[in-house]
Amino acid sequence: MAHPSELNVNRREVIAGAGACAAVAAAPLPAGAQRSRVETPVLTQVSFNVNGQLHTLEIDTRTTLLDALREHLHLTGTKKGCDHGQCGACTVLVDGRRINSCLTLAVMHQGDTVTTIEGLGTPDNLHPMQAAFIKHDGYQCGYCTPGQICSGVAVLDEIKAGIPSHVTADLTGSVQLSEAEIRERMSGNICRCGAYSNIVEAMTEVAEKQG
Amino acid sequence: MRSFTYERANTPGEAAAAVARTPGARFIAGGTNLLDLMKLQIETPTHLVDVNGLKLDTIEPAPEGGLRIGALVRNTDLAADERVRRDYAVLSRALLAGASGQLRNRATTAGNLLQRTRCPYFYDTAQPCNKRQPGSGCSALDGVSRQLGIVGVSDACIATNPSDMAVAMRVLDATVETVKPGGVSRTIPIAEFHRLPGDTPHVETALEAGELIIAVTLPPPLGGRQIYRKVRDRASYAFALVSVAAVIHQDGTGRVALGGVAHKPWRIEAAEADLPRGPKVVTEQLLADAKPTHDNAFKRPLVERTLGAVISQARN
Repeated sequence: MAHPSELNVNRREVIAGAGACAAVAAAPLPAGAQRSRVETPVLTQVSFNVNGQLHTLEIDTRTTLLDALREHLHLTGTKKGCDHGQCGACTVLVDGRRINSCLTLAVMHQGDTVTTIEGLGTPDNLHPMQAAFIKHDGYQCGYCTPGQICSGVAVLDEIKAGIPSHVTADLTGSVQLSEAEIRERMSGNICRCGAYSNIVEAMTEVAEKQG
Repeated sequence: MRSFTYERANTPGEAAAAVARTPGARFIAGGTNLLDLMKLQIETPTHLVDVNGLKLDTIEPAPEGGLRIGALVRNTDLAADERVRRDYAVLSRALLAGASGQLRNRATTAGNLLQRTRCPYFYDTAQPCNKRQPGSGCSALDGVSRQLGIVGVSDACIATNPSDMAVAMRVLDATVETVKPGGVSRTIPIAEFHRLPGDTPHVETALEAGELIIAVTLPPPLGGRQIYRKVRDRASYAFALVSVAAVIHQDGTGRVALGGVAHKPWRIEAAEADLPRGPKVVTEQLLADAKPTHDNAFKRPLVERTLGAVISQARN
């Protein structure tokens, strides 16, 4: 067996190779062989708008919105962290509301409008929240950042809309922006590097500029 | 995730019939719990009936003076509804104490009632679990049980119901409105909706196969101070170790339900007459039949102290 250093393949090729093996396994079996339903994907068509562009996909019903964005539409700004709704790295806006794209099926979004980090701003034309994250150093490794920024934009909208949170003192009064409000509302976005205080500063600055 | 077929239902009756006629079919609304479990192959539906298009997403005044909450009203929208914030604050507070902003935006009223336990052995498919695989045994009894139930437990299961919302609905005495596959509607009092584990912990609710929740109705406003106090390991985004939902009037009378201690929201109406006498005597009655494990015996004093804090808060 070749020493690993002698293998002239990169990670992507190994993954592609594994896919080829799966394709072989899914080929028709001899008569009498039992086929597990795991091996028979069900394809369904779904159309939704992503960052201003309409897309129609023919996809396995199992495809999450996250995987549809990353693997089918190649919008890899949205990140897969835990894939179980616990970390928030996959946060996107659907019809203006933030959700975990890993915990929803793409086929459930027929006709919806999805905004990912790529749709919020571009390197040449940053969204104010993106610019504020850069200015305040609201990240270290950057993996959670697209989710943090999408969530951050939505949080400011939620506060403006008067949606209360766990730390809102008076349910019948208006909702005031505060560090406590931001921290509570951002609890679904985990940052393993611990950039939280800078994220709060970035969000606070954007909120104050919005007035 | 196992493969499955998928359809979008247009009416509640059609959705119920579709699930009833397809073995292994499940409804999907928010999907935040079901998809999590499908990825782990704890749930393996063969067919999903998407109910998101059923237009059950409004909150209307109920004829008797309460509020009728559509099954598909998202947790964020229910918590933020002005009438709920004003008249049913305990429900707003419970919802806002649960999950994260992203999850509340997606999770529905009916789905929240149906969410499954977070017992670590239910999630660990390498371990026996009577709830996941009936008859396989309960790993939690001799396992790590700090989060798990202390009252209403059985030798088959000590899992807890993880919902905050349901605890508030129990203290408010909500009713659950459903439609069966044949089109017949019925209402189920929230007290009878969730079951204790007994020797069939995999049967968690009173719902029949294919029966679809279409609304939850709150009774006319109860007044009083409405408080939801949740004790958890993190300040935000964590399941309850213990929670208390309470409606307490100026004279000290009221009602109280507990979360984090049982397979269902835990309420014993007979204990509530003693609320003016303080938390100790009420806790003694609520937990009279408690069978805590070594790991979760702390929940008994924690219930008493949390209830004490709630009663104090109601006086101020």
